[in-house]
Amino acid sequence: MKHDILLISPQDNVGVALADIPRGGKARISTGERVEAVDDIPYSHKMALQDIRAGEPVRKYGEEIGRAQTDIPRGSWVHTHNLQTGEQ
Amino acid sequence: MAGHTFRGFIRPDGSAGIRNHIAVIPTVSCAAGVAANIARAASPAVPLLHGHGCGRALEITMHHQVLAGLGRNPNVAAALVVGLGCETVQASSVAGEIAKTGKPCEYLVIQEQGGSRKTTEKGIEIVSRFQKDAQALRRSECPVDRIVLGLECGGSDAFSGITANPAAGLVSDWLVGCGGTVVLTETTEMIGTEHILSRRSASPEVAARVEHIISQARRRTHDILGPLASCVIAPGNMDGGLSSIREKSLGCIVKGGGTAVTQVVDYGQAPASKGLVVMDGPGYDMESLAGLAAAGCQLIVFTTGRGTPAGFPLVPVIKVASTGRLYELMEDDLDINAGGVLDGGSLEDIARDLKTFAVEVMNGEPTKAERNDQNGVLCLAVMTPAF
Repeated sequence: MKHDILLISPQDNVGVALADIPRGGKARISTGERVEAVDDIPYSHKMALQDIRAGEPVRKYGEEIGRAQTDIPRGSWVHTHNLQTGEQ
Repeated sequence: MAGHTFRGFIRPDGSAGIRNHIAVIPTVSCAAGVAANIARAASPAVPLLHGHGCGRALEITMHHQVLAGLGRNPNVAAALVVGLGCETVQASSVAGEIAKTGKPCEYLVIQEQGGSRKTTEKGIEIVSRFQKDAQALRRSECPVDRIVLGLECGGSDAFSGITANPAAGLVSDWLVGCGGTVVLTETTEMIGTEHILSRRSASPEVAARVEHIISQARRRTHDILGPLASCVIAPGNMDGGLSSIREKSLGCIVKGGGTAVTQVVDYGQAPASKGLVVMDGPGYDMESLAGLAAAGCQLIVFTTGRGTPAGFPLVPVIKVASTGRLYELMEDDLDINAGGVLDGGSLEDIARDLKTFAVEVMNGEPTKAERNDQNGVLCLAVMTPAF
């Protein structure tokens, strides 16, 4: 079955969108789960697959790519607006 | 997954080649024409033509090691080194390094032989003799732990980091699990992952070296490009959904899989350790391929999002396309389509295809780059870095 969100590593709490996913759309995750998008998720961008609280690590490739700047509910778009990466 | 084997050519030093080439190596660009003539007349022989060997004070030692490393590569059955005579990288010395492996190696110096024609005639004689001996060699069963696999990514797109590279990473983990060696390079593309690779290092010494080479690459990028440094990595990637340089670099280093970094080597230096080895080297594909071949990699996996015809004269290069669209567009040049991940396939499926093909290539199956005779001029790294 074709999926819309790819989970790269089982330890990740974000997945990568393989198509534009409109807010309210039920995204099919590569693990078989479905997650409702609470934002528009642009193609090749990241979606939170779990609730991530402010200050908690955001993981992709099984590694921390930054910390949540705010509470990020499951289904949210995750990018520079809500992800603290510690880089200039 | 242990117990895997392939059929390779056992060399006198115990290494195993997956090809049985005769290399003709000019030590300096001035000798390239003669080397090319010898290889052409005594076909099949592989001329390793390059534009270096003299007048580059900073690179003399490195280029000496790299040319010797290419001759030492297990895919080379025998090597003829052709020098001019007055160059800084001397033929006798390069040949001496290659001969330490025990494989047949001779050298000719054009100024001593009395010019092009005499050198070419003598070279043809030597190469013909090498060929007779090499043709008598037969493949035999070798454990896959003899393989040193090089990793390269070039012409990346938004999908390289989520399809082709993670699939390559699973194959890296498989090979390391079998006791083999994987070489991850392109230090520029590790910027931002210092703490991750250092945490994954097998010892504090390796961790310190990893951090050192990446911080040097970061500094060089800023020294040379100044405010443009961030453009090496930034705006397009941000639009493509990558939120930081670290995230982008993670998509590159994922090719190496998740095992511990056991050693850091210089450009073109052969690893002494098994497992995942980091080679300090440039991000420029062609220089990177030469460094991997000089380090002794018998096989290279090259992931690409934009497509490239590039191969390497001595080493089969397996090209992995990040999307089905690219694979269909440039099927002549690409071996594996990792795009199935975008259509519902799993990374494990792609990794299985890649591993199966890699073992076939070890056993002699030609890659697309080999079929297309992609034996161009070598690019050796220079101290003024390429990005």
